[in-house]
Amino acid sequence: MSYQGHQVRIGADIGGTFTDVVLEAGPIQKSAKVLTNHAEPEQAIVEGLVKVAEKAGIDIDQVDQVIHGTTLATNALIEHRGAKTAFITTQGFRDVIEMRTEGRFEQYDLNLILPPPLISREHRYVVAGRIAASGDELIALDELALEAIAQKIKSSDYESVAIGFIHSYMNGTHEQRARDIIADYIPGVSVSISSEVSPQMREFERFNTVCANAFVKPLMASYLERLVECLEVVGADCPVFMIHSGGGLISIESAIEFPVRLLESGPAGGAIYAADFAARHGLDRVLSFDMGGTTAKICLIEQHTPKTARSFEVARTYRFKKGSGMPISIPVIEMVEIGAGGGSIGWVDALHQIRVGPESAGSEPGPACYDRGGENPAVTDADLLLGRLDADNFAGGDIPLVTGRSVKALECDIGSKLDMDSETAAIGICEVVDENMANAARVHAVESGKELGDYTMIAFGGAAPLHASRLCEKLNIDRLLIPPGAGVGSAIGFLRAPFGFEAVRGAYLKLSQFDPGWTNKLIQELSSEAEKFTRAGAPDARLKREIKAYMRYQGQGWEIVVVLPNRDFVAGDEAEIRRLFEVEYIRLFGRSLEGLDIEIMNWSVQSSSILPAVEPVAPVSSETLLSPTSKRRIFDAREQAFVEAGIYDRESMAAGSKVAGPAIIVENETTTIVNSAFEAIMQSDLCLLVQRKSRKTNAAD
Amino acid sequence: MQQTSGLTSVHMQVMWNRLISVVEEQALTLLRTAFSTSVREAGDLSAGVFDQDGKMMAQAVTGTPGHVNAMAVAVGNFIEDIGKENIFEGDSYITNDPWKGTGHLHDFTFVNPSFRNGRLVGYFASTAHVVDVGGRGFGPDANEIYEEGIYIPIMKFAERGEVDMRLIHIIRHNVREADQVIGDLYSLASCNDTGHRRLMDMMDEFNLDDLCDLRDFIFSNSLRATLEQLENLPSGSYRNEMTVDGYDAPVTMKVRLDVSSKQVLADFEGTSGLSKKGINVPLVYTTAYACYALKCTLAPTIPNNHASLQPFKVIAPVNCILNAVHPAPVAIRHVLGQFLPDVVFGALHKMLPDTVPAEGSSSLWNVQLGTTPVEGAIPSAGGGSQKTQLLMFNSGGTGARPTLDGLSATAFPSGVHTMSSEVIEQIGPITVWRKELREGSGGAGTRRGGLGQVIEISANPGHRIYINAMFDRCENPARGRDGGLAGAPGSVSLDDGSPMQSKGRQWIPDGKHLVLKLPGGGGYGDPKNRDRELVEQDVRRGYITEQEAREDY
Repeated sequence: MSYQGHQVRIGADIGGTFTDVVLEAGPIQKSAKVLTNHAEPEQAIVEGLVKVAEKAGIDIDQVDQVIHGTTLATNALIEHRGAKTAFITTQGFRDVIEMRTEGRFEQYDLNLILPPPLISREHRYVVAGRIAASGDELIALDELALEAIAQKIKSSDYESVAIGFIHSYMNGTHEQRARDIIADYIPGVSVSISSEVSPQMREFERFNTVCANAFVKPLMASYLERLVECLEVVGADCPVFMIHSGGGLISIESAIEFPVRLLESGPAGGAIYAADFAARHGLDRVLSFDMGGTTAKICLIEQHTPKTARSFEVARTYRFKKGSGMPISIPVIEMVEIGAGGGSIGWVDALHQIRVGPESAGSEPGPACYDRGGENPAVTDADLLLGRLDADNFAGGDIPLVTGRSVKALECDIGSKLDMDSETAAIGICEVVDENMANAARVHAVESGKELGDYTMIAFGGAAPLHASRLCEKLNIDRLLIPPGAGVGSAIGFLRAPFGFEAVRGAYLKLSQFDPGWTNKLIQELSSEAEKFTRAGAPDARLKREIKAYMRYQGQGWEIVVVLPNRDFVAGDEAEIRRLFEVEYIRLFGRSLEGLDIEIMNWSVQSSSILPAVEPVAPVSSETLLSPTSKRRIFDAREQAFVEAGIYDRESMAAGSKVAGPAIIVENETTTIVNSAFEAIMQSDLCLLVQRKSRKTNAAD
Repeated sequence: MQQTSGLTSVHMQVMWNRLISVVEEQALTLLRTAFSTSVREAGDLSAGVFDQDGKMMAQAVTGTPGHVNAMAVAVGNFIEDIGKENIFEGDSYITNDPWKGTGHLHDFTFVNPSFRNGRLVGYFASTAHVVDVGGRGFGPDANEIYEEGIYIPIMKFAERGEVDMRLIHIIRHNVREADQVIGDLYSLASCNDTGHRRLMDMMDEFNLDDLCDLRDFIFSNSLRATLEQLENLPSGSYRNEMTVDGYDAPVTMKVRLDVSSKQVLADFEGTSGLSKKGINVPLVYTTAYACYALKCTLAPTIPNNHASLQPFKVIAPVNCILNAVHPAPVAIRHVLGQFLPDVVFGALHKMLPDTVPAEGSSSLWNVQLGTTPVEGAIPSAGGGSQKTQLLMFNSGGTGARPTLDGLSATAFPSGVHTMSSEVIEQIGPITVWRKELREGSGGAGTRRGGLGQVIEISANPGHRIYINAMFDRCENPARGRDGGLAGAPGSVSLDDGSPMQSKGRQWIPDGKHLVLKLPGGGGYGDPKNRDRELVEQDVRRGYITEQEAREDY
């Protein structure tokens, strides 16, 4: 184990197309991209592992730790490909996951299709027994009926069982008893109960979450067991940890028990990756911007910590529209995802306006310029026509781009309809997609009560550096950081994650009836739960704790998150809690309200290991202005004109190298466009800092 | 030249998108701070930006079609009543006039002028349903508007930034839950402020002194696009009528659509006269839901603004039930309003077969409950002893579509969401015993109507509850289309089977459960033509019984 005194750690990210593997041992960092193996995903990891070990000259048996994140669970939900699952619920509530919110997420579509429930009605069973809102038992659990259901489950070959009862977040004993009865009847069957998977108030979200957990559990368990085995076979006989949606690490055993926590772990890696650079460069307010082939993801990072939420939505079925997916109530790094990527297709709507996405040309057939049969103009086609891409040097020259195809697609789908030439159509596509992303970022900031003006953007993902400087102009952001190795950002991010777990529970408290004893007991229970998971991965680490409450004025429907003091509560603390709530309320909404009681709906305790302090990146001491060897025409949207931009090779830029916009900085995986108003300075850690010309500051201040 | 005009149009388009984003932000601010259940859960609010003459440039898409173009007209009323010479920077105007706002006293509309460098450039308006307006409380039982609550004519809420505390004082002493109501009024004023600030940011970024060019671009594009959608419609007159339960007597709504390539006129001549109770509908609200049906069918992708709404006209004779004038009671105008799309669809079907759905449950089953502690009773642990008002939104089934089944337990045309039963039980002393799909309630057809739902509720020990019932389609179920059968009618009863009234305030006897069976949607096409596999699947899932499968299919 270990290499030259350094821990050898592997980060592995399985995405839809590629599996990325990164090896780190002290100063050594090597990465490999291999095609995802959909039948046996673990094989791609092994393949990547062999590659990086070879590149680094390190034997596989020297690997100390493997950290893994994957979209497999997400994909299983999107494709409704999981175990044959039965759902047992409270009598009278058989259809909670089918009736959803009773709303429509699109008001003007008469032919709207709602997402089907994960578990269809014939597989949902009800049993008498009732817990009240207070947690008291109103009606005892009908155990005889449960035995009959157990019999049915046994004879119908269900592979997995989900149990969700009303108010189980207040009192889980009925669910536990039901699990015991099922387990007695069918030893070894996989059972998930909602009071453990997601003890939060609101039955639709909680039931859906426990169903999702049960649905993917057998699949994920078998995959994770195979993975550990395969790694052992090739010599990596070391602990394997999983990254979870909240951005922390958990043991493989916890992951097998609660696979729903693995959803969105890949994107979480990207946010941690950005947060790590934020810490190294001393940036307290960061907007991370990840733009790939199909979607763009945006995340707010403050004090080097990505913003989190206690629920999210997966598998949106309708143009990434809110409400068209499944709600999952577990802690998550909060991200906005919109259908805007290099492959997003431009089209003209009934109003004769250019629209972009959410339909994407994907990687097959890809944008028109790939010349693989794609006939619709994609964002990449527009980028090519505006000079942002080099037709002969795309993806390191692996994919020759055919400009004629782009021109034809743009003329055909847009130019001819709007009486524009292909270049203007390309300008239209880029402006619209950039505006869409800027709007998504702006709305997300507003929802979080933030102004983006003093933020720094950190951009990664294949298409992001092409669009980031325009996005900064639109968002009035002055500084942009483009880290190296951004193509495998998520996998690197995995290696920067702490061990950690957030326990969340619904428990209703009116502040006017604040009871310190009750509160301390609740916090204690949540703390032990969170620490148990954290300790499973990091038995000896020093842990930190954060307590949060989801609060609102009595009568409101929207809770805001308030960080509470990290200590035991005493009588009289309600004044302090009210004050903290009001500070946050005023920050979000401008004013507090008088005469109203405050209620707490949900509580959360996060436990995580304390990460070693990062090494700050020293500011570059001197700058050398480079002059370009060649130039190309690019379109500058702010200037509303084509300008001559110098072309530079990123690899040939040393720390302190500076180029003035307009400029094109080329590397194998992507291209950075520096608009006329910006300049770029290579930093000592090979991050590219792009900043407004008028400002003469370094990233570190 | 081609490039310059092209660039200008790209630039205008980007600004238009930004303007829509500005009003979405305005609406979002309101949604997050509002107290009223119907605002936060149902999106019963609207927000919009207007030009300096009060013409609507953009409106946020929210949960309720009930404010579509009611709001578009409202700002003109404000300018007229306040008077141009009295409009100052920092002002904020208020009303809950049902005829100048959005149809009942519970909706407050706020308008703020937007000044840039001392010059009026436009207005922001917002509307939200507040928790209470005094009077009898939310329900149909009033005989005149005077009984329905406090009535604030168009006036200044704030002048040059100074809130009129006398007005606040009056309102505070005329409504229940005064803190929440006053909180909502401030929310309305401040969301308009948010809109204004975002507009100024946008005008800074794009270097604009006024909105005139952008307005002209939006209006000309919207009008042209809407007319393009009408261009190929078969001209002519198309009629339909539909009868529903009403308060104490059935109500028949009749429509005639006069369609040309320039305009669609909906005339409700022949519709029943006024009701004595608050189910009457002001014309603004009739217009909103009729336009919604027309837009959904004919121009669904074109955003609402002054120009895109122009080709749609709605008229109704004065003091028919769809054009009630002062002082008619109008508190629950939504019950009939939400049926208007069904009425209009029936006429549209004659013009454009295989386009619109069959009739649905349509009108929401809003459960408005009052709870009160029983004197001397010891309250149960946890629940506490509470006198409170609870409002739950519940939906029956929608009508089957030409190529798709109807949606079960889903709101249409309203865009509301239901509330979590767990949350309701935390807030008030009731228990929800049942809330699940109502088997066999969808109208049979080649495409089956959506299922209704069954709800069962009781008071917790130590409490009594009454219900302000406002339910329809108990006598007049949703009819099928083209051979499809009707959905099941609704019913209101106790758990022992004894029936209750579908409208008006009634106490639930101690120890009994209230049982609501919500209507199903109508079917589309002959049931005999339904795919056998779908029939079998429906039986397997319990959507229909085997007997129904044999008899209907």
